[in-house]
Amino acid sequence: MGVLLEVKNLVTRFYTQEGTVYAVNGVSYELQEGETLGVVGESGSGKSVHALSMMGLIPQPPGKIESGEVIFQGRDLLKLSREQMRLVRGAEVAMIFQDPMTSLNPVLTIGTQLTEGLKLHMGMTQTQANRRAIELLEMVGISDASRRLRDYPHQFSGGMRQRVMIAIGLSCNPKLLIADEPTTALDVTIQAQILELVRQLRDELGMAMIWITHDLGVVAGVADTIQVMYAGRVVERGPINAVMKDPRNAYTLGLLNSLPRMDEKGRGERLHQIVGSPPDMRVKPVGDPFWPRNPYHTEKCKQETPELEQVADSVPGHMSAAWYDLKKDRESQQLQGEG
Amino acid sequence: MGNVTATPQTIALPTDSAGREMLVSVRGLKKHFPITSGIVFQRQVGAVKAVDGVDFDVYKGETLGLVGESGCGKSTTGRAVLQLYRPTAGSVVFEGNELTTMNNAGLRAARRRMQIIFQDPFASLNPRMTVGNIVNEPLVVHNIMNKKQRKEYVAQLLERVGLNPYYINRYPHEFSGGQRQRVGIARALALNPSFIVADEPISALDVSIQAQVVNLLEDLQEELGLTYLFIAHDLSMVRHICDRVAVMYLGKIVEIGPTDRVYDNPLHPYTQSLLSAVPVPDPEVEENRRRIILSGDVPSPANPPSGCNFRTRCPVAFDLCSDEPSPPLIEIEPGHFAACHRVT
Ligand SMILES: Nc1ncnc2c1ncn2[C@@H]1O[C@H](COP(=O)(O)OP(=O)(O)OP(=O)(O)O)[C@@H](O)[C@H]1O
Ligand SMILES: Nc1ncnc2c1ncn2[C@@H]1O[C@H](COP(=O)(O)OP(=O)(O)OP(=O)(O)O)[C@@H](O)[C@H]1O
Ligand code: SF4
Ligand SMILES: [Mg+2]
Ligand SMILES: [Mg+2]
Repeated sequence: MGVLLEVKNLVTRFYTQEGTVYAVNGVSYELQEGETLGVVGESGSGKSVHALSMMGLIPQPPGKIESGEVIFQGRDLLKLSREQMRLVRGAEVAMIFQDPMTSLNPVLTIGTQLTEGLKLHMGMTQTQANRRAIELLEMVGISDASRRLRDYPHQFSGGMRQRVMIAIGLSCNPKLLIADEPTTALDVTIQAQILELVRQLRDELGMAMIWITHDLGVVAGVADTIQVMYAGRVVERGPINAVMKDPRNAYTLGLLNSLPRMDEKGRGERLHQIVGSPPDMRVKPVGDPFWPRNPYHTEKCKQETPELEQVADSVPGHMSAAWYDLKKDRESQQLQGEG
Repeated sequence: MGNVTATPQTIALPTDSAGREMLVSVRGLKKHFPITSGIVFQRQVGAVKAVDGVDFDVYKGETLGLVGESGCGKSTTGRAVLQLYRPTAGSVVFEGNELTTMNNAGLRAARRRMQIIFQDPFASLNPRMTVGNIVNEPLVVHNIMNKKQRKEYVAQLLERVGLNPYYINRYPHEFSGGQRQRVGIARALALNPSFIVADEPISALDVSIQAQVVNLLEDLQEELGLTYLFIAHDLSMVRHICDRVAVMYLGKIVEIGPTDRVYDNPLHPYTQSLLSAVPVPDPEVEENRRRIILSGDVPSPANPPSGCNFRTRCPVAFDLCSDEPSPPLIEIEPGHFAACHRVT
């Protein structure tokens, strides 16, 4: 398996009337063919903007990609023309968004929206495209597919619209599927249907995925690799087991600790809370942006921004951006607690 | 709370057979919204059976969770209990008094003792009022305390919910989501209520802020002896915060019981699939979980299936489920009820 996507030092800002928004502040990573990457972090941490920047979907102005490269199968996507980029988007890379109602066209039938891409990207005739569209709808579990091709988006429920979006996304056999909170607006039983479907299709089609969510449970169930974002930066990344069982960034640890668990007895235990508020993205970050909320911060955290680096005593690929040694600090804290 | 109190009150509550004090008793509660048609002459052509006959009690000092999927009637239940919607049928007894037949003056008095916290801290606060005035407003409306006392009390309330009283003259847009939700909580506490309906109070907040607000709600409960009806779709948080939980599906309660019993031993097929679908932030657990994937979508509450209304999605439905009327809630183990023909 080779590298499918390489993001190098991506920086995106918005120049608004209220000032500059430092949305993405130097994001770099590699995605392998067939790999599923889960991107987590709280609201405003730059998850969506980082993906939209890669796909040439940032409104410019006010947005501006200040620097970076996005190498996808040997080409820098940031250097492509609008027209070339449009071809990459429907065909090689598919995107699914949180709200399918805004990405489906309300005045076109589902059939038209499904067959459009098949004709444009796959060179199919209308009859071929229709046949494939029915197959795709059946694949995502929509019954009576040939009749439903004539329906409009509002005639579908939220869960079905999201399945239609997945069908459209998968229609041209993409190498990469980017899903931005695709199940957040859905009920858990419907979310479970969609996740099951996506896991199955991914394994069948061998595509890579970038799955953006704030739900660590969803990531635990779908991703190979997890990447935690805070204030427009990746603060920790690595194999899902390593990061979730042995987090080395204080923000990841805080996030995991603050979550109650469905499979553990509840009442009585107080939740661990992260103190303070999320950072103001209109302030140019100085030092480690998490330091004011981090009980383990050092003097250096206030001044210098740590780079994402391999964690010395963990598995290869487990990286954290931190000046402190979380494992040591927690161990000595525990010793103190006992002593 | 400090030296100022809005309304000191002790009320003798009715008790159930186990001797527990019932702060709220709901029986046969229904709320149907009419569906009308016609442009000039509106006539009713049907009804959305948002809440279709629910029974439950809320005991003094506990947190009862109300869970279920979008549109199953959780918010409508909460509002109908508080009489923010007048119920179509049924009875709601609060602190020993029947609310459904009460006149407006009586309700106004009862409302001091029962409050609601909303999901959206952005939409639920008046953007043109300072946070001080927002928290003060209920005191003015109910004519409680003089101006000076109120000012002092509002500052205490803000402090109690973790906001610096220094911010008393600021406007909601100057606060973060978590802070705004604290303002909403302070406003709900102003009249010293005994009962609070919290309708998805943390759903709109960042994960790192949710724990702060939940801890605050728990502290306040302990300190002030509050009773909560906690409406949520985050089943992990419900397990953490609730003593008992009620599971709704299409306007009906299908299971109710002590939280740990319901989670460890779910009886109703809907509860079983719902719980199996909740993602757990642990890759090993996720890898080995058995999920019960339901097929299909939730039917419309305007036209619910006959018999057991879950039968169109139920993985274990059989002929009784459509032939017999809707199964009643039956006590299977102490305090743990389920409504299913398979569980008797
Ligand atoms: N069009 C825009 N104009 C100005 N600022 C923007 C714009 N789009 C995004 N931003 C800002 O960029 C920052 C990063 O936003 P982004 O949407 O990437 O966050 P996110 O991590 O996806 O959050 P969420 O979980 O809420 O979706 C935020 O501060 C946001 O307000
Ligand atoms: N004022 C109203 N008029 C007509 N129908 C309504 C009204 N309020 C709610 N409904 C309908 O009643 C049903 C129950 O709605 P309700 O808001 O109680 O659900 P919920 O369980 O709180 O859902 P959510 O999790 O999405 O908040 C839904 O079908 C809804 O569309
Ligand atoms: S009564 Fe029948 S349809 Fe309803 S939950 Fe039980 S088994 Fe399923
Ligand atoms: Mg986003
Ligand atoms: Mg609701």
